[in-house]
Amino acid sequence: MSGLVIDTRGLRKWFGPTLAVADLSLSVRAGEIFGFLGPNGAGKTTSVKMLLSLVHADGGEGRVLGEPLGDRAVRARIGFLPEHFRFHDCLSARELLRFHGRLYGLAGSSLDMRIDRLLARVDLLEAADRPLRGYSKGMLQRAGLAQALLNDPSLVFLDEPTSGLDPLGRLLVRDIIAELRDRGTTVFLNSHLLGEVEATCDRVAFVKQGRTIHEMVLGQSSGFVDVEMRVSPIDACLLEGLSSFGGAIHHGGDGVVRMRVECEAVLPQLTRWLVGHGTSVYAVQPHRKSLEEWFVEVMGEDQRPG
Amino acid sequence: MSILTIAHLTLYESRRRRIVAAALVCATAYLVVYSAGLFFVHREQLREGTALLQRQLLMSVLTLMGLYGANFLSVLFAVLLPVDTLSGEIDSGVMQTLASKPLRRADIVVGKWLGQAVLVTSYLLALSFGVILVVRVIAGPLPVRPVVALPLILMEVVLLMTVSIAGGTRLNTVTNGVTALGFYGIAFIGGWIEQIGGFAGSQAAKTVGIVASLISPADSLWRLGSYNVQPAGLRNVGALMFTTASVPTPLMVWWAAGFTVAALIFAVRSFSTRQL
Repeated sequence: MSGLVIDTRGLRKWFGPTLAVADLSLSVRAGEIFGFLGPNGAGKTTSVKMLLSLVHADGGEGRVLGEPLGDRAVRARIGFLPEHFRFHDCLSARELLRFHGRLYGLAGSSLDMRIDRLLARVDLLEAADRPLRGYSKGMLQRAGLAQALLNDPSLVFLDEPTSGLDPLGRLLVRDIIAELRDRGTTVFLNSHLLGEVEATCDRVAFVKQGRTIHEMVLGQSSGFVDVEMRVSPIDACLLEGLSSFGGAIHHGGDGVVRMRVECEAVLPQLTRWLVGHGTSVYAVQPHRKSLEEWFVEVMGEDQRPG
Repeated sequence: MSILTIAHLTLYESRRRRIVAAALVCATAYLVVYSAGLFFVHREQLREGTALLQRQLLMSVLTLMGLYGANFLSVLFAVLLPVDTLSGEIDSGVMQTLASKPLRRADIVVGKWLGQAVLVTSYLLALSFGVILVVRVIAGPLPVRPVVALPLILMEVVLLMTVSIAGGTRLNTVTNGVTALGFYGIAFIGGWIEQIGGFAGSQAAKTVGIVASLISPADSLWRLGSYNVQPAGLRNVGALMFTTASVPTPLMVWWAAGFTVAALIFAVRSFSTRQL
């Protein structure tokens, strides 16, 4: 399995004349919290459905948990929270979980204990025996989350898990994802809420028009850093020297040089070089891009609100 | 195991959605109205001193009428009960959660088929035995044997239920309901054309009816069943509203059974390739 929980190459999906997913090539490692980002209509949900065999791919190949797409036994090790979680609204959350537990082959007191534990975890214990039709959107979403964790999965797909939740609900989901990470569970997170993704994910992939166009690792110690330097004098010799530390060097004539370096660890070396070069240094200000800024940059200016 | 869980879920949901309660109330109302009518007709016959043979003939026709009503209500129940079971759950997204579990798509279809077959069968038997009981209590023993029609009527409603489930794998709820009832409509009018053709001596009309019955064999099962129920005296009367003049061949039973199996296989295959 080479440590990859999801491994796809060129997965493709047509809906009639529309190409929903053009080229889904992904590698998700075991234990990773993986964010899948893209604008509306980019093919994110269709991609998740292909990985779960809810829709059949028209081309390409893929493996999930080491088995080809569509393998039934593997689904016993997967949890899934759909984007709009719905179930028979005449059932209560406890009944919903009991039926789903049976579909996983669980039964008896161990299932009941697991259900109680999950209901408590998603803060639905008090409402557990009320019909789902009386639930708020957030409560339904939390019931769906409990359903996705019922089989103690190795891999969980969460499609917009916080879309119907208030801030406390979002914190709850964030905590649960952290617990899953501690347990070694791989989480595939599909979300529009970039703040949530930034707070929870180890790595993200950007998808545009059904194609994965960029992947990056998140975290404090990694990723490119933009730097603004107020220095004097600014001449060709200085700019040439700076190019050995990074790229995208701009000099707007305002006494400020802007450039991009690989990581924050470059900054002390850069400052030492400036001083050694005889340049007067007034300020060196790193600026880490937020995921939102990355999103806008990666998607390009032609991207319009979906 | 998964099939039984899905069947259980189907039954449980029907009870919770008060479908079972509504069916029981309607069946009771039907039997109350039927028994009241039968009681007053029978009392009038006794008062007028109608001959036993004539009275039994009338009561036999009324028995068939009661069974025909039970058959018709069961047909509607069989078509409408499963009309949204797949299409509705696909549209609402419920199916995504179910189909991502470690079970075959076929398990979902067969489980739902099984659960609904239990409900449809119970409804038909409750209505039919209700009719038989009412007749027995009010009119006493008659030379009709209604029970012999029940397996054929049961086949009819299971066939229509299966067609409704199969349609739900591809059509949305309303379209499926219209199509499944239309399918029964072909059987219904085909049956009447065959009857009237037989009564009027038109072989061409009978052929049209038979072709319609081959396309949609549901009603021919009722007619075959009702023919078996009739006493000889009633058969000699010819075509009445609830009796049979042109008798379908018993081969139609095999045709209908094969049709049902084919519809179920289509449902499984169609749902297995359906994008959810």
